[in-house]
Amino acid sequence: MDLKNKRIIALGERDGVQGSAIARCAESAGAEVVLEVTHCFV
Amino acid sequence: MGTPNAESSRLYGLTVTEGDPAWAGVLSGVRLDLPVYHIAEPEIKAQVEPGLYQEQVGLAELVLETEEIFSALRKVRQSSE
Repeated sequence: MDLKNKRIIALGERDGVQGSAIARCAESAGAEVVLEVTHCFV
Repeated sequence: MGTPNAESSRLYGLTVTEGDPAWAGVLSGVRLDLPVYHIAEPEIKAQVEPGLYQEQVGLAELVLETEEIFSALRKVRQSSE
């Protein structure tokens, strides 16, 4: 999966990796982030 | 995705491919077939600038059940093909 020029949804989780962190990484790989969330199940 | 373990990865993965497996939410029976990957999977990680990856994900990756997560998502992708 090449992220360049892809639109991605960043589904983060508080106990894992935050959505904002995924979004920054994806953008650095050339992707466009269309939705970014961080869920918390506590 | 940034899920912390294999079970949450499977649930998130199935929800955005074949629909909510718990039949509890709005994606019940809704097949999106989105390609789904964890941020720490090698083929995704390799595309991220290493310094940024370490800053944003490095610490979390140390405590994630990475092999179990990767295995769960491979199965989700295979089942949606």
